[in-house]
Amino acid sequence: MSGSVLYDVPGPRARARNRVYGVVSTVAIVGLLAFVVYRLDDTGQFQAGLWDDYEYADTQQRIVDGLLTTLKTFAIAAVLSLLLGTVLATARLSDHKPVRWAATVAVEFFRAMPLLIMIFLLYAAVFTSDPMWALVIGLTLYNGSVQAEIFRSGINAVPKGQSEAAYAIGLRKTQVMTNVLVPQAVRSMLPSIISQLVVTLKDTSLGFIILYEELLFVGKAFAQQTPPVNGVYAFIPMVIVFGSIYILLCLALSSVATWVERRTKRSRKGSPPPMPATSATVMTDAAHGAAGVDPGASGAGTPDNQ
Amino acid sequence: MNVLSDNFAMFREGFVGTVELTALSALLALVLGTLVAAFRVSPVPALRVFGTVWVTLLRNTPLVLLFLAVTLGLPALGLKGWDSFWLAVMALGCYTSAFICEAIRSGINTVPVGQAEAARSLGMTFNQTLGQIVLPQAARTAIPPIGSLMIALAKNTAIASGFNVTELGSVQKTLNAASGYDIYVIFAWIALCYIIITFTISGLFRLLENRLAVAR
Repeated sequence: MSGSVLYDVPGPRARARNRVYGVVSTVAIVGLLAFVVYRLDDTGQFQAGLWDDYEYADTQQRIVDGLLTTLKTFAIAAVLSLLLGTVLATARLSDHKPVRWAATVAVEFFRAMPLLIMIFLLYAAVFTSDPMWALVIGLTLYNGSVQAEIFRSGINAVPKGQSEAAYAIGLRKTQVMTNVLVPQAVRSMLPSIISQLVVTLKDTSLGFIILYEELLFVGKAFAQQTPPVNGVYAFIPMVIVFGSIYILLCLALSSVATWVERRTKRSRKGSPPPMPATSATVMTDAAHGAAGVDPGASGAGTPDNQ
Repeated sequence: MNVLSDNFAMFREGFVGTVELTALSALLALVLGTLVAAFRVSPVPALRVFGTVWVTLLRNTPLVLLFLAVTLGLPALGLKGWDSFWLAVMALGCYTSAFICEAIRSGINTVPVGQAEAARSLGMTFNQTLGQIVLPQAARTAIPPIGSLMIALAKNTAIASGFNVTELGSVQKTLNAASGYDIYVIFAWIALCYIIITFTISGLFRLLENRLAVAR
């Protein structure tokens, strides 16, 4: 029985009606899919000639190379953004007003700028010959600022009694942070951190626009090289193949987030932090968040064994 | 020489392009997002599955990839006459709709259970319960997150510059390539334009929030 409060438990007539709706909508959706496949076939996207190339070891090697480039960029950007996030969050939690103020300005500025605009700037002004670092530094600045906000809200969400008790037994601020607050905060904010990493992974594809040879760019270069078969270029097969790779990567990482979230929920002592995304100040950005960001929604479909 | 006064027409065109792109994709995203949110809570399993797949797929697709899929895929499906602007609206709208759907759905979850129960006990159908009782109240809690989604959407429009749409990102790209201007100055002006847009959006949403605020 579904637990929804929006409708009554269906009786015989409602069940029959729902079944009719179900069949009609299934037919509509399947029909739409069939139409898409039919049109793609009709325009010659499934001709063997366009797909043959994917069988060659050479091609597969290029795809793997592109994938590795993407993963490498992601790894560097992820590590750097976590580091930057830690630094910025520490600065924002500092006791010194100027430090706090500077960190706040930096965080709000980098979060308010479109990532691509930052990357264009870095590519044109600093890393003219090296798109990878333009991409990595851009990703680091943006995601580092977002991670800083996640860390800060995580630390602030640890019950106040914890730090009061720690100060009361004579620990210094550093000790309170490292021994008491951070270990508790990390548990509760891990799902949000991983979701932000998914965003980082997704955003590595921006390298495509500044012609950096990551996965998507390899795909496009590849489709441009493949000679057209009967006047059809190999772009759609490329989107299907490379799109699936991207989606699988991101899905894998998101499912880690969901898994961690469920684990922390099962055995929790402190409650998870409320997400920072609720006020419409200029800089807030729940935006890109991938699966598992909003505690209210993501748990709804899964069985909660608390 | 001043970048802004030399290229004012270009900046204006880019600014208007970004605003139009944001507004139209926001409209599409809100409509689609509400519809998919309704699907996800509906009593018909097929629609629920469709909603879940829609949200999961779009949230895990890089926007650049979605742009590629839309700009290459839709023409192959027979939408020949569409220019790159409308294709960009499609891509941005569909992408954002998945996030809007989740915002609305968590809004629905915050409406007190008694509201829907009372509506049902009056004999209202699912459509009436959702449309007249739950969604209007859900909208109230969903507005702040939707506001930040709109800001993110405005920022995401920059990606359209990679796909032949005239907006602020493409202005920056063109001016960067044209030698003679300080790249940091170009960036500062572009940044200012984006900040104007995001401030306006957040102001609008704060206004909306105050209008709809209710003591509960």
